[in-house]
This record gives sequence, C-alpha cells and structure tokens, in this order.
Amino acid sequence: MTTPTSKPLSWAETLPRAELRALQSERLRAVVRHAYDHVPFYRRRMDEAGVRPDDIRDIADLAKLPFTVKKDFRDQYPFGMLGTPLRDIVRIHASSGTTGKPTVAASTQADLDVWAECAARALERAGSTPESIVQVSYGYGLFTGGLGMHYAAERLGAAVVPASAGNTEKQVMLMKDFGVTTLCCTPSYALQIAEVGAAMGVDMHSLKLRAGHFGAEPWTEAMRKHIEEVLPLKAYDIYGLSEVAGPGVAGECTQQSGLHFCEDHFYPEIIDPETGAPLPDGEKGELVVTCLSKYGQPLLRYRTRDITCILPDACPCGRTTRRIARLMGRTDDMLIIRGVNVFPSQIEDVLVRVKGVLPQYLITVDRQGNLDTMEIQIEIGNDAFTDKIKTLEALRADLQHRLKTVLNVGAKVKLCEPGSIERTLGKAVRVRDLRKI
Amino acid sequence: MNVRQISVFLENRAGRLASILQCVTEAQCNLRAMSLSDTSDFGIVRLLVDDVDRCTATLRDRGHTFNVTEMVALEMPDRPGGLNRILDAITAAGLNVEYMYAFATRTPGKAVVIFRFEDNAVAIPALTAAGYPALTEEQVRAL
Ligand SMILES: [Zn+2]
Repeated sequence: MTTPTSKPLSWAETLPRAELRALQSERLRAVVRHAYDHVPFYRRRMDEAGVRPDDIRDIADLAKLPFTVKKDFRDQYPFGMLGTPLRDIVRIHASSGTTGKPTVAASTQADLDVWAECAARALERAGSTPESIVQVSYGYGLFTGGLGMHYAAERLGAAVVPASAGNTEKQVMLMKDFGVTTLCCTPSYALQIAEVGAAMGVDMHSLKLRAGHFGAEPWTEAMRKHIEEVLPLKAYDIYGLSEVAGPGVAGECTQQSGLHFCEDHFYPEIIDPETGAPLPDGEKGELVVTCLSKYGQPLLRYRTRDITCILPDACPCGRTTRRIARLMGRTDDMLIIRGVNVFPSQIEDVLVRVKGVLPQYLITVDRQGNLDTMEIQIEIGNDAFTDKIKTLEALRADLQHRLKTVLNVGAKVKLCEPGSIERTLGKAVRVRDLRKI
Repeated sequence: MNVRQISVFLENRAGRLASILQCVTEAQCNLRAMSLSDTSDFGIVRLLVDDVDRCTATLRDRGHTFNVTEMVALEMPDRPGGLNRILDAITAAGLNVEYMYAFATRTPGKAVVIFRFEDNAVAIPALTAAGYPALTEEQVRAL
C-alpha cells in the first residue's frame, strides 16, 4: 500500500519495462480486489459487467473493467466511493462537479504519501533538490494545486514558501528576498507575476528562479517560450486531477517533450472517446487513468475527458516511464478559467433555480492581460422584471453571487432581453472562448 | 383607474430603444411621456401611452421583457414652484418616491407629474388629504 521511503524518489522511473509491468500488475490485482470488496459501487459495476476480481491478473486485463465517469462521483456524493472507513480518511478535497455538487476526493495518509512522492518527482525531474526554495503560488484550499505542490516540495526536502495565489507584489518580493528557485502556479499566473514584477521595477532576470511547474489550465509551446523570456526559468508542464490525486500525476523532465506519467501508481490508457476501445501508444484519444495504489477512494479506469496521446518512443533522459503529450483539448465542454474547472451545466443548474430567469445563457471567456475573464449573458423574462433599476441591479448581484459560490470563480453577469442569445438548431452554443490559447 | 405605465427592459445594445419605440408605432399608440433610466449595463424605458393593452400586446409579440405598473399622476400648475409644493406635501406625508417624471399637457398652464410610490394604497389617500387628488387615466388623457 505504501512505497518504501528508503528508496530514492525516482526509483520506479528507471525500472526495466518488464519489472515495471510486474509491479503494475501486482498493484492492480490488489486494488481491484479491494475496490470490489469495499466499495459497493465497484462491486455493482463489475457484477453488471460480468467481471470478477480474479479475472484481473495482469495489467493487460484492465480493459475488462468498466469505466468510471465524473457523473459517478455525483451519484455517490459525498462518500459513496470510499474504500476505507471514514476514520482512515485524513483529507478531503473537492473540485467542480458538472452541477451544484462538487466532486469529492478523499485520501488516506498513504494516498497522500503516494501523491506527494509523485509530485516531488515532478520537481526532481526538472532539477530541484533539497537545496531548492519552492514558492507555491497555486491556490491553497479545496483545490489540490496548492497543498499538492506544498507537500511535494516538503517530500523532496526543499524549503517551501506557501504563498498561495494572489497579492502578486508580495509574491515578487518574497521571490526576490528569499532567492526562490522554483515556482509552481498556473502558466497565466506566472506571466502575471512577471508583469507585476517588471512594473515594480524588479529586474526579473536577476532572480534565482530556475524551474517553473505550470499546470491546471491549458497552455501552449508559444506560451512556454514567452514565460521563459520574461522569467529566468525553464517552464515545465505538470498534469494532475483531483479525482486521481492532484498535480504531479505526470510532469515533464528537462527534455521538455512530454510528461512522464507516474505509471507505477497511476496507469494511463488512451481510448477512443466514441467507442471506448483502447488505442495503441502514439494514437490520440481520451486519457483514462487507474489508480494502482489508492485505497481511500479507489479509482478504476477513470475517464478524464482530457485528450492527449501516449508518446511511443523512449525519452532520451533515460526514464522508462511513458510520457503523455501536452493536453490537446477536452471531450466535454469543460472550461478552465483561472485554473478553475467550470462546466456550463453548473451555470444552468443555478439559473433554473431563479424565478423569471430563462435557462438561456451565453458564456464569453476572454483574457485581459494575463487574467481570464468570464461574462455570462442571461436572459431575463417578465417574471423577474420590475420597473425599478435597483431591484434589477439586486437581481444581477444575486445571480453573480450565486454563480461565484458554485463556480468558485467570479463572473460578470449581463442581463439580456429574451431572444437576444442566438438559438441554433441542434446543440446550443453556450460558450464563446475568445482567448487565444 | 390609476395611470398605467409600461416599463420595458432595455438591453445595452445598439438599436434596442428603436425596437421598443417601433412597437409603440406598430400598435398605433400615442406616446404621452417617456422616461429612461439606465446603468452601465442595462436600462428601463418607461412609457405612458394612450392604449396600454394594444401596446403591451405588440411588445409581447416582439418578445420584449416588460411589466405594467400603476402610477400616481398629479396635476401640477405649470408655473414656478408648482412641483416644490407637491414634494413638500409628499415629504410631510412621509412617503418615499421610487422615481418620478413630469410632462406638459396640451392644456396651457397645466402639467402632469407621475410618481412611483412603494405603496399606492398609502400614497393616494395621503395626497388626497393634502389637496392633491390622483388623476385617473381618463383625466390624464383629457388634459
Ligand atoms: Zn524524460
């Protein structure tokens, strides 16, 4: 269940493939048996699919197991996916659900140790050591970014500066005064820090920054180049999701060409999103992840909705773990706004609860400077209308407040006349993304 | 009947006010008064027309968001200080005005001031007692 801490962090990253596969198969057998015995949800799913735990002997048997999807988390909310008694759970994170209820991610101490180890490997892959000073500028809280990289840095033995997101001028000051070497945040926030620092008159190139681990939102090679121009660091892509663990499930090495998957703990598959059929390495499809060492909230064949491919060739760095390519998109309509996952269905869920507001809306996402902005146009019907400006203003403020509470990210609400949002035949256009990512 | 005002939601977008006024024209209504109130994001157009039912039918057909509110209309001598005396009476009666506007009539020397009170059932008797009886829709139309 736990990994030996006497071994170096990266011991599993250079195992010969056959040994790695034996380890994966052994862990898979144990975790499937555990899920079947302790989580009624998995037992029901496997029974329905006619699969017994004994049928899963090798990692190649994985395809026999049914998929788990985000909706399952909602149906089992809050604790129906737990594989251990609540007394063994030591932390509960929550991320966006597709409607009002969040997606719960509960962990035992052993689960957290695995996650910290994997995320620490991401730091190490990019050259960080116990000498490093790591500033974590991801948000701390229910979101896994902040605490995930925090414990990663501690696990590595580095000094962590738990700055969290925001108060950018102070971030720059700490970075400069402490001699921070490693920065962890969203790529857009890295640009924001660089911009604010320059405006403060700080020569950003005189900072000791050497590596940046950026994730939680989509970015591009062009953005990497830009970040590396404005900050004296190498920018590394890092991947994770709270259902699986958090940041560090995969991360780049100094080759900057693909993210090494911690596949001794998190097994990646690529499937055809239409048919669910597994695809060979090198082919683009939906990433599916199985947690091989997670017992607090077991996760088998989770459909991430992220589109990528597993790179077929070995990495020149010598690690034997496979890599995924930079994310290429989503199979659903999830948006990522300032690192926060937003589903249009969450917005609909809020609107149907407000009298007189029509379930017609249009989300416009843009980027001003380095900051994502979101405006939501909402159609207002006669039932919600009044002849008093202040009452309408209060309605608008109330909608804004309700949406912020559910989405965890602020949005500007614009009231519109009925019919002003374009109706199209078939699938309604709900999102206009003007960001050039 | 108290004077009915049509309030129409005005989206902050080019051509929307013209579209509302087009409805008034299509309904063959005479516009007696119009007042506009807005924020940076949206506004409300308030209309007094001679045929409320015909006008609202057209607005409904055109998909506008609107409602109809009963207002208090008072006759005001069209001379300096006329409005002040009415406002003094309102203050003395402890009434809160949500908003108001005024317009001149075809009758020389007479203007009409329109008030939106929180509660007409309180405002109308108080104003009548102060010597300012509320006008009916018919009375306003005749002015
Ligand atoms: Zn590598």
